[in-house]
Amino acid sequence: MIWSSASEFWSMGGYGVYVWGSMGVSAALMALEVMLTRWGRQQALDAVCEAMEAQTLDAEAVRDPVASSSGTTRQTTFNPGAVT
Amino acid sequence: MKLFHYAAPQHFYPLAGRLWPALAVLATALALAGLWVGFMVAPSDAQQGQAYRIIYIHVPVSWLAMIIYLAMAFWSVLGLVFNTRLSGLMTRALAPTGALLAFLSLWTGALWGKPMWGTYWVWDARLTSMLILLFLYLGYIALTSAIEDPRRSDRAGALVAVVGAVNVPIIYFSVQWWNTLHQGASVSFTQSPRMASVMLTGMLLMSLAVWLYAAAIALWRVRSLILVRESHALWVQLLPEVQAHRTLRGAT
Amino acid sequence: MNALALPSPWQAISGVLRRDLRMALRRKSEWLGAVFFFVLVAALFPLAIGPEPDTLRLIGPGVLWVAALLASMLSLGRLFEADHQDGSLEQLALSAAPLSWSISAKLLAHWLISGLPLVLLSPLLGLQFGLAPEALGMLALTLLIGTPVLSLLGAIGAALTLGVRGGGVLQSLLLLPLYVPVLVFGTGAVDAQMRGLGGQAHVSVLLALLLATAALSPWACAAAVRLALE
Repeated sequence: MIWSSASEFWSMGGYGVYVWGSMGVSAALMALEVMLTRWGRQQALDAVCEAMEAQTLDAEAVRDPVASSSGTTRQTTFNPGAVT
Repeated sequence: MKLFHYAAPQHFYPLAGRLWPALAVLATALALAGLWVGFMVAPSDAQQGQAYRIIYIHVPVSWLAMIIYLAMAFWSVLGLVFNTRLSGLMTRALAPTGALLAFLSLWTGALWGKPMWGTYWVWDARLTSMLILLFLYLGYIALTSAIEDPRRSDRAGALVAVVGAVNVPIIYFSVQWWNTLHQGASVSFTQSPRMASVMLTGMLLMSLAVWLYAAAIALWRVRSLILVRESHALWVQLLPEVQAHRTLRGAT
Repeated sequence: MNALALPSPWQAISGVLRRDLRMALRRKSEWLGAVFFFVLVAALFPLAIGPEPDTLRLIGPGVLWVAALLASMLSLGRLFEADHQDGSLEQLALSAAPLSWSISAKLLAHWLISGLPLVLLSPLLGLQFGLAPEALGMLALTLLIGTPVLSLLGAIGAALTLGVRGGGVLQSLLLLPLYVPVLVFGTGAVDAQMRGLGGQAHVSVLLALLLATAALSPWACAAAVRLALE
C-alpha cells in the first residue's frame, strides 16, 4: 500500500482540492448524465404512449364521429324535463 | 448483408438493448481496476507529486471527446451517403456525451494546470482546440434542437459534424502556429510526467473504461431516440416495455 | 430556332450576380449598416483601452480583424433570408443552372457589397491605431484574401439556419469555430510583418484556405439550401 494513512490519501500531498475536484466533478457529472438518460427514456415511453392515444382517438373519430365526440357528455346534455 | 440488416431501427433497437448493459458492466469493472492501479498502486511522480494523478481522468476524457466527434462525423457521412435514419439518431445520441467529456477535459485540465503551472488556463494548441471542440458540440446540439423537422434536422446536423471534423485538424494546426509565433505561451500543458509502466497501465484502463462508458450511454440514449422517432410504427407500439408503460399510466 | 433555348450556366450565373448587385445597391441601408458597424467597433476599442500608441499598435491588427469578422457575420442575414421568404431561392434551386454555381454568384455579389468595402476601409482605420504603412498594406491584403473566406464559410452557417428560430445566434455559434483558422493566419501575417519576419507563409496559408473553401463551400451551401427548401 503506497498510502500510510487515510488522511494522506485524501490530502494527496497538498493537492487534494485539485485531484478530488477533478475526480469528484467528473464522477458527479457522469452520474448526472446517467440519470438524465434514464429520464429521457421515461420521456420517450411517454411520447410513444401519447402518440398511441392520439392514434386511437383519430381512429375512433373516423369510425364513429358522433359517438366519439359525445362519448362522455351524457351528463351535460341539455334536458329541460329533468329536475335540477 | 448482415450489416444493413442492423441499419433498420427496428433491428438495431434490440441489438443496442443487449449491448449497452454489457458495455456498462465492463466499463465499471475497468474503471474500478484503473482507479485501483492509478490511486493505490502507482507511485507519486518525481516532478509533479500526487497532483499528476489527475491525468487518470484528464487524458481519457480528452481522447474520448475527440474520438466521439470523429464517430459523429463517421455516422454523419454514412447518413449522407446511404440516407439511413439510424445514422442521424446515432450522431444525436453521441453528441451530449461528447460535449460533457470535452467540458470535463477543460475542467480537469484547468485543475491540473493551476497547481503545476500556476494558471487555470493557457492558450496552447491542445486546450484551445478542445475549447473549440466544445463549441462545435454545442453548435451541433443547438442546431439539431432548433430545427423541428426530423429529416432536415438530421441532415443539417450531419453537415455540421462533417464540416467540423474537417476543421478540427486545421484549427489545431493553426493554433499551434499561432502559439509558436507569439512565444508568449512558453508554458504548455503538454509536459506530461514521464510514464512509468504502472502509470501507463492505469491510464489505459481508465481510457478503455471511459470509451465503454460513452458507448454504453450512447446506445442507451439511441434507444430512447428510436422510440420517439418511430413512435407511430407498429413494432414500437407492440414492445413489452411500451405495453407495460401504458398500463402504468392507466390506459384509456 | 429552338423556342426553349435555355440560358447557359454562365449566363444564369452572371444574371444572378447582376440581380443581387442591383438589389443590394438599391437597398443601401442593408449593407452600409455592416460597414458602419466595422468603423464603430474599430473606434470603440481605443476608447475602451486608452490612447496609448504602443498598446494600440499591438492590438490594432487583431481588433480590426475581429471587427471585420463580426461585420461579415452580421451581413450574412442578407444573403439568403429575403430570397427564401419571397420564393426566389426556390426558383434558383429549380432552375437549369447548378445550384452551387448560382450560390457562388450570390456569394460573390455578397462579398463585393459587404466584404470589399471593409478591405478598402481598413487602411484608414489602421491609421487610427498607428500602424505603419507596410502593416497597413499587409492588413488590407489579408482582409482581401480573408473576407471572401469568411463569406464562403458564413454562407454555410446561413444556409443551415435558414428559417430556424433563433437562427442568428445559432449561426454565430456554428461559425466561430470555423472562423478561427482564418483569424489566426490573418492576424498572424500582420503581426509577423510588424516584427520584420515577413508574412508570406501566413498569406500562403490564407490563399490555400481561400482555394479550399471556394471549392467546397458552394457545394455544402447548396446541400444546406436544398434541406431548407424541402
